[in-house]
Amino acid sequence: MIKRLFERLTSNIDGPLFAIVCGLLAIGFATLYSAAYQAPGRVSAQALNVLLALALMWIAAQIPPQTFMRWAIPAFLAVLLMLVGVALFGDVRNGARRWLPLGFGSVQPSELMKLAMPLMLARYFHRHEQTLRLREYAFAVLLLAVPTAMIARQPDLGTALLVAAAGFYVIFLAGLSWKIIAGGSAAVLASLPILWGVLHDYQRRRFLTLIDPSSDPLGAGYHIIQSTIAVGSGGITGKGWLEGTQTHLEFIPERATDFIFAVYSEEFGLLGNSLLLILYLAFIMRGLMIAANGPTFFTRLLAGSITLTFFTYTVVNMGMVSGLLPVVGVPLPLISYGGTSLVTLFISMGMLMSINHHRTLVQS
Amino acid sequence: MRLAEIRNTQRDLHYFQLRLGVAGVVVLCAFTVLFARFFYLQVIQHKYYDTKAEDNRISILPIPPNRGLILDRNGVVLARNYSAYTLELTLSKIADLEGTIDALAAIVDIQPRDRRRFQRLREESKGRDTLAIRTRLTDEEVAKLAVNRYRFPGVDIKGRLFRQYPLGEVASHVVGYLGRIDDRDLERIDDTDESPNYKGTDHIGKTGLEQSYEHELHGTTGFEQVETDAGGRIVPGRSVRTLAPRTAPAPGNNLALTLDIRLQEAAERAFGENRGALVAIEPSTGGILAFVSQPGYDPNFFIDGIDPVNWDALNNSPDKPLNNRALNGLYPPGSTFKPFMALAALELGKRTPSQTIFDPGYFMFGNNRFRDDKAGGHGYVDMYKSIVESCDTYYYMLANDLGIDAMARFIGQFGFGARTGIDIEGEAAGVLPSPEWKMKRFKKPEQQRWYPGETISIGIGQGYNSYTPLQLAQAVAAIANDGVIYRPHFVNYVENPKTGERSYTEPQAMKTIALKDRNLEVIKRAMVGVNKEGTGARAFAGAGYTSAGKTGTAQVIALKQNEKYSDATVAEHFRDHALFIAFAPVESPKIALAVIVENAGFGARAAAPVARKVLDYYLLGKRIDKPAEPAPALKGEDGDD
Repeated sequence: MIKRLFERLTSNIDGPLFAIVCGLLAIGFATLYSAAYQAPGRVSAQALNVLLALALMWIAAQIPPQTFMRWAIPAFLAVLLMLVGVALFGDVRNGARRWLPLGFGSVQPSELMKLAMPLMLARYFHRHEQTLRLREYAFAVLLLAVPTAMIARQPDLGTALLVAAAGFYVIFLAGLSWKIIAGGSAAVLASLPILWGVLHDYQRRRFLTLIDPSSDPLGAGYHIIQSTIAVGSGGITGKGWLEGTQTHLEFIPERATDFIFAVYSEEFGLLGNSLLLILYLAFIMRGLMIAANGPTFFTRLLAGSITLTFFTYTVVNMGMVSGLLPVVGVPLPLISYGGTSLVTLFISMGMLMSINHHRTLVQS
Repeated sequence: MRLAEIRNTQRDLHYFQLRLGVAGVVVLCAFTVLFARFFYLQVIQHKYYDTKAEDNRISILPIPPNRGLILDRNGVVLARNYSAYTLELTLSKIADLEGTIDALAAIVDIQPRDRRRFQRLREESKGRDTLAIRTRLTDEEVAKLAVNRYRFPGVDIKGRLFRQYPLGEVASHVVGYLGRIDDRDLERIDDTDESPNYKGTDHIGKTGLEQSYEHELHGTTGFEQVETDAGGRIVPGRSVRTLAPRTAPAPGNNLALTLDIRLQEAAERAFGENRGALVAIEPSTGGILAFVSQPGYDPNFFIDGIDPVNWDALNNSPDKPLNNRALNGLYPPGSTFKPFMALAALELGKRTPSQTIFDPGYFMFGNNRFRDDKAGGHGYVDMYKSIVESCDTYYYMLANDLGIDAMARFIGQFGFGARTGIDIEGEAAGVLPSPEWKMKRFKKPEQQRWYPGETISIGIGQGYNSYTPLQLAQAVAAIANDGVIYRPHFVNYVENPKTGERSYTEPQAMKTIALKDRNLEVIKRAMVGVNKEGTGARAFAGAGYTSAGKTGTAQVIALKQNEKYSDATVAEHFRDHALFIAFAPVESPKIALAVIVENAGFGARAAAPVARKVLDYYLLGKRIDKPAEPAPALKGEDGDD
């Protein structure tokens, strides 16, 4: 009886994916414990976040993909409306207008767009699967560009980047011709100078300091310099858990959130980093497998996009902390402290699991 | 149609999976790049970043050494250290400084003097964030502050070592004082590559032995590694990673002086209220026995930074207490110059001891009349009488016969007009007049010319002659020591306080002046005569030892011809200086000295009694309890002094 109930509850949960997630969460808690040593409340707060997110993942995993498809357009429009709301009367925090005050609290619509965007585009391409012409792709790009630009203007470069990536992966996987991809890439490269003019001063500084962090060692370069020192000083085996000097003497800024990888890397070294890379790679490979076996065009596109967006998180964050990429506000998935991105991540993982569970049900 | 659709779907699926494959390759590539980056940072560049992380984490905390003590020849402590609590304010952490000080004043005693001193400290030490508002807190004050400390962010109680001069004004010019390190000191420290050793040291020797023996007294700073966080704060408790063991500081060396502080005290007291200087030397070694410059000052004022009111009082006093008269005060030697002139005459064959001249009370040189102080003159005068009675005319003539070049050459051998090389900084060179000196000294040709008349007044120790009391004492010691000059020095030995190892200052015979014994005998006998039957006889009546001396009076203002000098008509600061030189016992001299009492008139009256008291004290152990009273004016006393 109990066994049946357990089976009933877990039937939609993908075992391998869940195991990988648990491994990553364990690493995350260990690292957070070290990073947030003078704010121990964060560990229990994060535990609550994870519990909530796991519940949402479970719920998402129960919902059949057709339902997601049905919700795609209303969800997209609602989030788009909220973005307009943010632009008009959003709260300004830390110099950026990202939060929309609602009666019961405030939300970040940009975060929701990470889900709404791939849903919408996958739904769109699914609908026009038989008649995909340039016109369809152009419209998809428009659907992608408007919200992305709105988020970038808040400004929230990190989220804009992830939303753009999520949408782009859908378009790419939908079969946008290589010629256009090549042409588009060329066009983007050509328009970089224009993009440069649109960027905020602090964003430009981040790019400049990436090229030469020592040009501004106390300002924008400080993050990169200190996190690179943390990673490098970790060596092969790391300094040991709770023994990271860069961490515990507060040289790493944002060490519980965006820069938590520096903490991990300092204390666990190259061996720890390799383990983390392997876990992430396993997650991504499992996700791509689910996408390849998706029952419908919509599910394939959605699963592919979710997986590759996850990949984008990891590469952008680790690249930034190790000084390869500019500083962009992208958390390290399942490791960084913070509830907002955790929730969207787990919901998207629930979607992946739902797609995996329903791969045969629909086809038959 | 249906079939085509399925085939179509199948093809699409393959096409989608191809795209996924491309994406998978991109993922692998990206992860490979990341791994390569980690490998580069954590394996190839690991050493570099590890050093950087250690530099971030570790701060070197200096542990200042204990400064060496200064002791007199009998082991009496002249400079020592004591530890005390100070109340220190960290300016950057205090929003309302005045308010904080006012609030602190309600808990501990903060005088207006402390506030003035603090203000001065702030101005002088720009860039220093932590400054003391009060030093030497009592135990009760420390307790009260500790209870209230939570109310005052940026206010700390710290234990520090302080310098103290237990005898206060006594020998203040010899010992000198410590002061806060200023920009000039910093430059000097940098120049000598001593910077690491001065991390953590606030004070440095500013004058006297404290300055000259800074390198011996300071010691070697120890170091300790501490962990500091990104804000530069020292992290208390267990370190995140291990630290290097601490290097203990090595205390500074102690100085043991040749100075006899009781003799010094006696000599200072002998001056009473008078200004002046006294230098007493042990002729056989050059060791300084007493080194007086009056008035003195209390060096303890300077240690925490002197407050402006006291500073102005010392600095602007017409008595110039900060001036080290014995070391760099320049005075004409007056008649104390005569024994040296007489010796020159004998050595250079210009006079024999018995050769007499007739003194009518003046010496005519061209149309100029050089006056002898004794109205009517001394009559027939031989060398003995010229010294005992201090006859000017004898030396006017002698100077004329010797000529300036021979005089300067001979006199210069005694160290007149040259730095003695004593082990304390700031010595003046003085002026040994000669035509060459005048050429160098002046620019205009008419000023550079040497006038023969100038030679005449130089013969009696006037004119351009100007020497330090130290030079005069050294010259007297040279006569006492039969022409051998030892380098004068204060420090007998330097002692390592840990090993007890002593390094002595070897008496260093700088030069031996070639003098004939019989000539020296003539001069010594005459100087003995001065104290027996001459100008010093009154002061040395009944002395229990044999002594040789010579009185002197140095003009402060030039008198016009035929103008008679009178104490009563001249403002105090223009009155003559009284001088006296002496050594004793004559057979085997233990002490040689030179005394100058500023603006005190005749040497016989004001300077000789000081010398008598010092010699009595040193040779007989007599205590001097009362300040010396000026002797009553002597009427009709023989001699010009």
